[in-house]
Amino acid sequence: MKYIDEFRDPARAQAVLDGIRVLADRIARRRDAPLQIMEVCGGHTHAIFRFGLAELLPATIEFVHGPGCPVCVLPMGVVDDCVSIAMRPEVIFTTFGDAMRVPGSRLSLLAARAAGADVRTVYSPLDALALARANPVREVVFFGLGFETTMPATALTVQQAEREHIANFSLFCNHITIIPTLRAVLDAPDVRIDGFLGPGHVSMVIGSAPYRFIAKRYRKPLVISGFEPLDVLQSVWMLLAQIDAGRCAIENQYGRVAAADGNPVALGAIAAVFEPRESCEWRGLGSIDGSGVRLRARYAPWDAERRFPVARARVADPDGCRCGEVLTGTIKPWQCALFAGRCTPETPLGALMVSAEGACSAYLQYARREEPAA
Amino acid sequence: MCLGVPARIVAILDPAAPSAMVSVGGVQRAVNIACIVDEARAPSQCLGDWVLVHAGFALARIDADEAERTLAILAELGEMQSELDAMRRDGADGA
Repeated sequence: MKYIDEFRDPARAQAVLDGIRVLADRIARRRDAPLQIMEVCGGHTHAIFRFGLAELLPATIEFVHGPGCPVCVLPMGVVDDCVSIAMRPEVIFTTFGDAMRVPGSRLSLLAARAAGADVRTVYSPLDALALARANPVREVVFFGLGFETTMPATALTVQQAEREHIANFSLFCNHITIIPTLRAVLDAPDVRIDGFLGPGHVSMVIGSAPYRFIAKRYRKPLVISGFEPLDVLQSVWMLLAQIDAGRCAIENQYGRVAAADGNPVALGAIAAVFEPRESCEWRGLGSIDGSGVRLRARYAPWDAERRFPVARARVADPDGCRCGEVLTGTIKPWQCALFAGRCTPETPLGALMVSAEGACSAYLQYARREEPAA
Repeated sequence: MCLGVPARIVAILDPAAPSAMVSVGGVQRAVNIACIVDEARAPSQCLGDWVLVHAGFALARIDADEAERTLAILAELGEMQSELDAMRRDGADGA
């Protein structure tokens, strides 16, 4: 397929890998610990595992799988709220399929459906809006989650509901934003990340300017990266070139999709529809100030939180879960006692085992554990 | 959910919505194209464009020149590498 195949070309990959090796060797001579590169986005985590990229790189480079998998960081309290809305007889609860298996404290949405709730997976929030049009006597709720990548779709759908006066549609808004999240990662104790692979599709929406503080204040390089194997490898090479030269800048490898200014229409819709919440709960990372958004007062008629009782209860992660430490790169997935034992992709306890983009699930799925041979 | 799919616009459905039909790997689907049109580029001018589709919305037009540039950098890197390899090889031969 165009724009995919040419970015998977093994011959080109070998050339980049050779380039990476030269730089990595030179950098390694000047330091004791391996370089830590955090890929912020779950899409990158998936690509790294699927194509075995970590194994292709020199041992002096380590990937740290960051917090950018929205399904993985969904707190149990939010899933509980989804289930309680979905269980109402008048409700058709719609969601991206990824969220179906995320465990709540009692049920997942999948289990709620088995228990009789009308839960439907949709590809687009526009499909949820179409359901509302087709079912005027039902209440159709769309579960909005994800970073700035999915926010424009939700925002534009809410605006369309307003334009068409569709009163039986509402949004349960649980979107989160990337910048406060990165700041929280950078401020976490014991973090020794040397550079970031920036999320290509979030950047397609927000542009590259919002990341500048990472280079300026934290003195770390960030390269906005695409999702094909060559994109990821080229971005690693660009990061190493910066580190080797003692530079830290925000660079863009994904220019074919992510423009420097982002997408003005998408940003306009986001700003018109959403406003920041004071604080937002994350699975594994606790509470992060300013990281969540809710609907502005103008869109209150389409706000599921105002239409249905929502507890927004804080539910502690299961005992022994160490997702937070994996997310900040302090430990590897297999260093958690629950990994692959009580916590598996079929019965996930921790957030990172839920989605295919979660670090723990990817470790298991692709069976590439860097466990030291016992 | 967050993964974007490169797709080609094969028909404009409703210039007012605005929406278009895209084709991706043989599958056709209607998507909203509000985010890739402006005064400079009307919906009717988007026919044949490659776009990145997320959750039913085209969120970016894929820039063919930029894609070529990225591939060119990769190719240059390869050429540089083979040159270095040759240098190393010739150096070894000469030693």
